[in-house]
Amino acid sequence: MSFRAISQIAGSAMTAQTTRLNTISSNLANAQSASGSEADTYRARKPVFSAIAQPGDGGMQSAGARVQVLDVVQSDEPLRKTYDPGHPLANEKGEVFYPNVNPVAEMTDMLSASRAFETSVEVLGRAKAMQQSLLRLGE
Amino acid sequence: MGIHFDKALGVHADTLRLRADRTKILASNLANESTPGYQARDIDFAATLRQSEGGDSGLTLDTEGSDLMFRVPNHPSQDGNTVELGVEQAEFSQNASDFQTSLAFASMKLKGLAKAIAGQ
Repeated sequence: MSFRAISQIAGSAMTAQTTRLNTISSNLANAQSASGSEADTYRARKPVFSAIAQPGDGGMQSAGARVQVLDVVQSDEPLRKTYDPGHPLANEKGEVFYPNVNPVAEMTDMLSASRAFETSVEVLGRAKAMQQSLLRLGE
Repeated sequence: MGIHFDKALGVHADTLRLRADRTKILASNLANESTPGYQARDIDFAATLRQSEGGDSGLTLDTEGSDLMFRVPNHPSQDGNTVELGVEQAEFSQNASDFQTSLAFASMKLKGLAKAIAGQ
């Protein structure tokens, strides 16, 4: 039976979505982190997911696919540049750089991530119920 | 006249295994809901079961390879991912209920056997 594989698949999805929620909260927390130079400014981070084949446990070896977080990449969208000579972090031209975080996009991404997480929890719960009822077979 | 548990349970033992395997495939689809380029897969349940019934031994399921098919999405997405959450959730839920149904039938068969053995 493939219940162990199901738990591992659902678990990998939860881990991946947690990483996604992590980057989202990091992006939102640093949305207003100003900096004096372009290189030092925080850039929005995004995880890159990919599917890997679940090692088989008998039949249907190629069927299962877990999720893995390949990498966390930084967004290359342009930074927000403001002219604010009074700012303590302003450079010699009076410019201050703000991260390229889009709070609206991050919020929608957060909703999507938490829904996906809930789906995995639901999958795990159903698989557990199926396994338990199988154990009660013949009672 | 001997009692063969394999024959007594009929197709239900096979169905249970196939349902559990399908749960794994659907769980993979749901897990990879936000993986770019992932293509949702599923098995043709009826065809696989028919194939398993046609075999000599009658009760072996060969679920490798060609039975696995790709789902055709209603709305293709730009990143090549063909998982549609609603569709997969519905399939998963239906599959879990069908698993319980087969389980109920298998359970009834076993109860019948127990009655026959006890001679009541």
